[in-house]
Amino acid sequence: MADNIASGDDASRGEHDPVTGRSTTGHDWDGLKELNTPLPKWWFWTFVATVVWGIGYAVVYPSVPWINSYYPGLIGYSQRATVTADVQKLATQRAEVMTKLNAVPLAEVKQDDALYAVAMAAGRLAFAENCQACHGAGGQGRPGFPALAGDAWIWGGSLDAIRQTVTYGIRSPHPDARISQMPRFGADAILTPAEIGQVTDFVMTLYDPAAPAGAGAADGAKVFEENCAACHGEKGEGMREVGAPALRSSVHLYGDTREAVRAQIATPKQGVMPNWNTRLDEATIRAVTLYVHGLGGGE
Amino acid sequence: MFIRHETIEKNAVLLMVLTVLTISIGGIVELVPLFTIETTVEKVEGVRPYSPLELAGRDIYVREGCYTCHSQQIRALKDEVERYGHYSLAAESMYDRPFQWGSKRNGPDLARVGGKYSNDWHYAHLTYPQAMVPESLMPRYAFLATRPVDAAKVARHMRTNRALGNPYTEEQLANVAADLEAQADPQADPSDVQRRYPKAVQAAGSGRVVSEMDALVAYLQVLGTMVDFTNPANENLKQ
Repeated sequence: MADNIASGDDASRGEHDPVTGRSTTGHDWDGLKELNTPLPKWWFWTFVATVVWGIGYAVVYPSVPWINSYYPGLIGYSQRATVTADVQKLATQRAEVMTKLNAVPLAEVKQDDALYAVAMAAGRLAFAENCQACHGAGGQGRPGFPALAGDAWIWGGSLDAIRQTVTYGIRSPHPDARISQMPRFGADAILTPAEIGQVTDFVMTLYDPAAPAGAGAADGAKVFEENCAACHGEKGEGMREVGAPALRSSVHLYGDTREAVRAQIATPKQGVMPNWNTRLDEATIRAVTLYVHGLGGGE
Repeated sequence: MFIRHETIEKNAVLLMVLTVLTISIGGIVELVPLFTIETTVEKVEGVRPYSPLELAGRDIYVREGCYTCHSQQIRALKDEVERYGHYSLAAESMYDRPFQWGSKRNGPDLARVGGKYSNDWHYAHLTYPQAMVPESLMPRYAFLATRPVDAAKVARHMRTNRALGNPYTEEQLANVAADLEAQADPQADPSDVQRRYPKAVQAAGSGRVVSEMDALVAYLQVLGTMVDFTNPANENLKQ
């Protein structure tokens, strides 16, 4: 049959065409006749070769499904086994330097140039994939997402503080997460709207002492002392132990307009940072810590 | 023994019968093993049908065509596992009708996006993606925040999924509206909805109307989180 397809000579009912020297198929459409030209040889043999290749492939690799299992192929290839081995191999390749990164205290990594270079490279990659969507490509932060390149740290900018934050997150589901909860002074009616207005005026004076104080600033100072100072400090200097941001500062997480301050007192937003210990291994967390510390604000 | 080809071509009924027969054989050979091979769907713990809010979010994901730019399938390749985490399992989409594996990645794979970002980030990002990722090509979905979710429609969808084999219990079907609201409102008590749907994540809705954005965020936050890969019982995933 292959010969027939290749040569096209099996056209017993066709007639000989003197111009091309080939037979016609015998089909006739109002006088138009179809030549029985054979397939090009190169095409035909390429086709045969792909069929042979396909059969070989099906024999060597997993191919035919049975009812309860499948034909596993001569070499027993499994993509899942392969990727597991690949990842394992990668871990082995990295093991030496990553074990060292885990063993050396964070503060001393910088003294080892080679190790520090590896940590910064690994940290930059992990930061780009996991952190910059919120904190920005250079750690510049965004409204609601703290800057990491500055020195206005909410929970502390030392290596150990950063590592703890990255590992366990903030208000994350992890039991060791850093948790601070600003009361909802407006929504839960802890303060009256008038008092919130007053304390907003007072907080604005902390933000910018040079600007003219609002009408309620004097009364607001007392409200602040009774309700806010315990966490944010008497002078609004903030308290890292409880994650209370400094208010006497030029950096403000949720904006520095009067409206933003008022909203944050009445119905505070409570940002969440995931705990990364379930996504990143210990060495990567240490690398990210060093990278974040090196963005410009590390303490 | 052989029927002449000309006879088949000139007999429409015979041609039809033989065509159906031929295609059936191909279909049976391809389809039957998928239902019977033991390893097609891995036996892992933790995969559950979607909660009402997640299911509503999944409908919006499909409606808005998110799958045209985002895949939900981490392939068993080294670089994918390095970036996104454990490769996807068939079991993880066994209650998806249909699955959202997708085949195009204008944006990143979303198979394990659950828990990777905070709710605040998702709301801000859906509203105006370029505010979070300046180079993003993603359209804005701010309008989702103003469109309410219809609890009755979600309940009908859940009953349909149950008819198709998703194991929703009577208790789950009886509490659709309550679960929708409890999961959308961060001030509500989530204990009931999280008992009925373990690992369900509360969205950050307004507490007034359950919006489509609340639903979409709840759906995104559960993606890829149901199977606990630190559990050694889930390690044996031979294929």
